[in-house]
Amino acid sequence: MEPLGWGGIFARMAIQFWPVWAALIVTFAVSIHQKRKLGLYGKLFDSPIGMIGFAIVMFWVFTALFADLIITQDPLVQISSMKNKPPGEAAPEGSSYAYYLLGGDNLARDVFSRMVMGARRVLAIAPAATAFAFMVGITLGLPAGYFGGRLDTGLSFLANLVLAFPVILLFYLLVTPEIRDTGIPIILAAVLFIFPVIFFITLFNSRYFTDPPKRNLFIGITLVLGLWAYSGLAFNMDPLGVWSMDPNLLNVFVAVVFVNAPTVFRIVRGIVLDLRSRDYVAAGQTRGEGAWYIMLWEILPNARGPLIVDFCLRIGYTTILLGTLGFFGLGVSPESPDWGSTINDGRRLLSIFPHPAVVPAFALMSLVLGLNLLADGLREESLRD
Amino acid sequence: MLMFLSRRLGIMALTALCLTFVVFFLTNLEPNLEKLARSEGSVRMSDDQVTSWLEANGHARPLIMRYGEWLGVLPGWTRDVDGSVTGRCIRGGLTAETAPTRCGVLQGNWGQSSVFKRPVGEIMGRSLAATGWLMLWVMIVMVPSALLLGVLAGMREGTRTDRALSTVAIATTATPEYVSGVILIVVFASATAGISPVLAEWGWISGRTLFQGTATSAMDKITFWNFGLPVLTIALYGMGYIARMTRASMTEVMTAQYIRTARLKGVKFRDVVIRHALRNALIAPFTVIMLQFPWLLNGVVIVETLFNYKGFGWTLVQGAGNNDIDLLLSCSVVAVIVVLVTQLISDIGYAFLNPRIRIS
Repeated sequence: MEPLGWGGIFARMAIQFWPVWAALIVTFAVSIHQKRKLGLYGKLFDSPIGMIGFAIVMFWVFTALFADLIITQDPLVQISSMKNKPPGEAAPEGSSYAYYLLGGDNLARDVFSRMVMGARRVLAIAPAATAFAFMVGITLGLPAGYFGGRLDTGLSFLANLVLAFPVILLFYLLVTPEIRDTGIPIILAAVLFIFPVIFFITLFNSRYFTDPPKRNLFIGITLVLGLWAYSGLAFNMDPLGVWSMDPNLLNVFVAVVFVNAPTVFRIVRGIVLDLRSRDYVAAGQTRGEGAWYIMLWEILPNARGPLIVDFCLRIGYTTILLGTLGFFGLGVSPESPDWGSTINDGRRLLSIFPHPAVVPAFALMSLVLGLNLLADGLREESLRD
Repeated sequence: MLMFLSRRLGIMALTALCLTFVVFFLTNLEPNLEKLARSEGSVRMSDDQVTSWLEANGHARPLIMRYGEWLGVLPGWTRDVDGSVTGRCIRGGLTAETAPTRCGVLQGNWGQSSVFKRPVGEIMGRSLAATGWLMLWVMIVMVPSALLLGVLAGMREGTRTDRALSTVAIATTATPEYVSGVILIVVFASATAGISPVLAEWGWISGRTLFQGTATSAMDKITFWNFGLPVLTIALYGMGYIARMTRASMTEVMTAQYIRTARLKGVKFRDVVIRHALRNALIAPFTVIMLQFPWLLNGVVIVETLFNYKGFGWTLVQGAGNNDIDLLLSCSVVAVIVVLVTQLISDIGYAFLNPRIRIS
């Protein structure tokens, strides 16, 4: 068969992405129709920049969700005749799709399918790692800003300590096969993963402690679910075997959370320092409300604007960090289709066969750009009221 | 001011001490030392031999003592086996009598690199000089263009210029170095793709590519063609962030009372921007530029690896990848010092530039 031209390649790719287009159209139609009822999310559709950003982000989210439908070839299968072939080359008889849409890489795998599967990989880790970093940062930043004093000095010193490390050095020290033997990632995971449980327990306790039955119910649920997931994720000892994490992945995950948490801590602390002197906080104190109630149910909701914006930006930053890890070949298996390690694989032959590295590079860039635009739109809209 | 300075310096020293200890701990973990023993001694050593090698080379003692020796505050270890004395400080022609008691970082002894088989101090000096050139050019390219971009975008908020320039700034911050580097190489330094084949066909360039895809030759002689791409790669990523900060600060200044007064007085818009707004608008970006150094350090590591430029970042990767403990330790000391010093400069500079801040 003849190789495809660029027009044919793009047309075929657009067809492959049909579940994504369908999902995007439904999302946008529903959201724009209902935008007055949807709060900050609805207001996003008033800002063109925010909408573009949201569309790009959702494109990749849906790509990750429907990756199995989109891929044209198995991302791990090697068809030796397709090694380093340019985009649009026809695949030999018997393979699952007639073409290698974006060519083959140096191990003769389909670049297009690997890029699509890479989206799943990146979007599975980056938001989750960011969420954990936020849990840690919020749980520590609130009391540091609210109480101040020794606690604040100590925690700030620790945060600055981590921040003074160049990130790559920290990765080289934390994400190595040797360090896994010493159990340091597990200790770090044990410390970092307990924070969400602490966060939700204090959250429910401060809210419902006047209503013991309800409080006990909520805290009971948190404890059971939280500790169940905790035992599985941090120690890989889930009795039912539902929660577990590959040790490689755990190492990467912990390192990324560890790098991000201090920055979140500083942001939360700064916001709390600002909000602490507001009248509604003084009113709460006069009413005799508990410190944690004020922090979690009065200050935190009022800090949500900047935190949501930073959350979007930080997912982008985490994606970049994951790419950096992949670029240096740290903590990922060589088979993994994630974008950073694909770029790393492709760069050796970059000046002769550019496509294996350029495709994931564009994918990563567009996702991060989308998140940045989304954050920009959200910031503009949240400042408006 | 003196109180502030001494307090800051104290905290800095404490931070540096903590960080170097953490790095020392992480690089001297049990598996790392075993690997070191096998690579320095012999690959086929049994576990007992590894243990005795570690003992003979002073690695088998408490961590805190080894850290003290490395730092140079504790006397180096000595070991007397049947009359022949070995020790941390006894080498390179020195005997037990002539060797100094302490030899650590504070005495200027950075150790021996196991990859390059040379003193770490010498390697660091050469690679830091190389990276210094890179940083210098990055700064020369990045800072003026970022400030210009930010000031142009921020001086008339909400206009089309502002929108366009802000989007450019966002796009560059969304493109990490390993992405922009790859794209730049493909566009400008690939013999099969990008613009080089076209230019070569037209006979505009004599070589096969416009720019060179590696910067190895820049170690001897820096030219535009071998240094342009690495500098541009780092500068692009940092530029967007500084430009956005400058824009934010510029828009804030442009709404200030004294700008309106100047405008109402009939001062030309250009003069208002240059004489009145610019100075005040550049206070915030100064801190940002200073705090950008640690980020540049990341960029340097990526770009030097990508372009094969043998500077600090490349050395760090070599040290980390080959379990070269002394080299990695020195790299982290340098990195940590760079970060801490720039933080200090940004604090002090901010106080000097902004008359509203008084340090007591």
